Amino acid sequence: MTPFTELSALACPLPLENVDTDRLIPARFMKESRDKGYGRFLLHDMRFDEDGTATDFILNHPRAKGSEILVARRNFGAGSSREAAVYALVDYGFRCVIAPSFGDIFSSNSVNNGLLPAVVSEQDAERLLALLDEGPDEIHVDLERQRITAFGESFPFEIDATWKIKLLNGWDDIDLTRARHDEIEAFRNAYTAAHPWTRPE
Amino acid sequence: MTQLPRTLFDKIWDAHEILRNESGQSLLWIDRHFVHEGSFHAFNKLNDRGLKVAHPERTTGIADHYVPTRGRSIKVVTDKVRSVIEQLEHNTRAHGVSLFGLDDPRQGIVHVVGPEQGITQPGLVMVCGDSHTSTHGALGALAFGIGASEVAHVLATQTLWQTKPKRLRIKVEGRLRPGVGAKDIALAWISRLGADGARGYAIEYAGEVIRDLSVEARLTLCNLSIEGGGRCGMIAPDEKTLAYLKSRPLAPGGKDWERAVEYWRTLNTDEGARFDREITLRGEEIAPQVTWGVSPEEALPIDARVPDPALASSQAEAARIRDSLDYMGLIPGQPLTEVTVDSVFIGSCTNARIEDLRAAAEVLKGRRCKVPGIVSPGSTLVKQQAEEEGLDRIFTEAGLEWRESGCSMCVGMNGDQVASGERCASTTNRNFKGRQGPGARTHLMSPAMVAAAALTGHLTDLRELTR
Ligand code: SF4
Repeated sequence: MTPFTELSALACPLPLENVDTDRLIPARFMKESRDKGYGRFLLHDMRFDEDGTATDFILNHPRAKGSEILVARRNFGAGSSREAAVYALVDYGFRCVIAPSFGDIFSSNSVNNGLLPAVVSEQDAERLLALLDEGPDEIHVDLERQRITAFGESFPFEIDATWKIKLLNGWDDIDLTRARHDEIEAFRNAYTAAHPWTRPE
Repeated sequence: MTQLPRTLFDKIWDAHEILRNESGQSLLWIDRHFVHEGSFHAFNKLNDRGLKVAHPERTTGIADHYVPTRGRSIKVVTDKVRSVIEQLEHNTRAHGVSLFGLDDPRQGIVHVVGPEQGITQPGLVMVCGDSHTSTHGALGALAFGIGASEVAHVLATQTLWQTKPKRLRIKVEGRLRPGVGAKDIALAWISRLGADGARGYAIEYAGEVIRDLSVEARLTLCNLSIEGGGRCGMIAPDEKTLAYLKSRPLAPGGKDWERAVEYWRTLNTDEGARFDREITLRGEEIAPQVTWGVSPEEALPIDARVPDPALASSQAEAARIRDSLDYMGLIPGQPLTEVTVDSVFIGSCTNARIEDLRAAAEVLKGRRCKVPGIVSPGSTLVKQQAEEEGLDRIFTEAGLEWRESGCSMCVGMNGDQVASGERCASTTNRNFKGRQGPGARTHLMSPAMVAAAALTGHLTDLRELTR
């Protein structure tokens, strides 16, 4: 995974609450293989009418072109555990979502794909949205210092400590965990001895 | 030294913590894992690295999300749908994982099948690449949904890294009024706390009303924990739990049963254990609920009116309400009982167990529906049981379609969808935009309330109908 340290990029405002993962990628696209990328499915039914015509949605505006940061309202990524929602964001080109809160499973899926879910206060999210309303501009995200700088203002953000380390280093859990094989085996032996009925037939 | 009083959640967490890293995350041992058709991403990750499933005997495969419900022939589905079902068959076979496939008599929705087969047990840590894994907590398991990368991690290591959530206890005291059940309790607390109200928390449900709920009703309640943002929902095992589990095919048997029960009896929250947050609801105050908007938090008692954005407390709230009403095609201030529906759906891991089907059938018995609809039982065994009880005839005589088991119209992946612009009264769990199909309008409610809406053709106060 590519490490995430700092990012200076255009940001796109999405002033909505409860943008659930069903909206981020409608279920009907999830049987596709990822070879061709999932970016084209991102927020599909907001970007396109039922007959396939592009709507007036922000991502269709020239100003959103090249955005790598999305700013949204509370409870972003709620609902279904589908990691495809994160694939859609990442394949589209997003590297960071800023919001006052995220769905739990969405956050861990994000981190596992190098996408930073930056938690800011409700107030700061509103402030960022208001600033972005005035036009496109670059936002700077510094993961080490947990700071967002935009339009000369500075906003702190939160991230789970372990996730921060993972993102900074681009680490992958499976390798880290497999390195602890002996501890896991020792645990398993003690656990199944104490709880023998948990051993499947 | 005596141990500090602990919650049910802490007891199970502690028993599964292999180690903790420097920044405080725990590596947990996973007892049971389910995979469905959506797991192809995870198996691909595993295959890309040339890894094997570490403990195939601890994972069960179940075909549910994409399976056809008009008969069991895989020929009736589109090529792409068939391909994901076949990938599940292939991946489970290649890795030695057992599969309850399309034509297995044990097939059904993963969260219905787990408890039904006795795979779900108190004290286990259980995961699945599906957010409604919280369901299994109803039997006193610590169960939660995970994403595809985590599924790959569990397959490769039988463990998972987790940050310990905080603890929230939701107590429901007193008694429920007639016509009110687990679905109403859930929508009531979610509309009060918000769809992210329990984010970051492990929920324990407790109190008189919860003790009085059947195991099946508890499964419904815990299922919906995720709709309030909870990491998991759980209920301490009691005599009802034991009676439910005894002699299930994959529950412990013989001497193991005795040992297990002895341990399970210790799985409750100690007197004086601390929760980070507690809320209490009164059972008497909960009315039958329906959702009016596009998030489960947008729910109201059936005798209320559609919200008016002009009365909202902030501009952001007014905008959200307006957007929801616009999508749902509703008029501010309109009585909810005047909202007409085009179809109904009875199904999903939330409300398609035998008790749910009985509750709907009781309302429908000997009557005709004004609108069409589908009934898809939670599992093939539930279907069989319902047919033995003659429930299928009640549904078909009322004008509804009796289908095979699967996720069906809960998510529409198999092609069972609500047409664009149409309104469906549904026993499912998500009223998100487009959840039941592009442009579909979903109102969530209990099975009996869906049956009532089917009879009248509009959202209906069950209590009026049965009076
Ligand atoms: S019935 Fe619906 S909520 Fe339940 S597992 Fe299937 S798709 Fe998910």
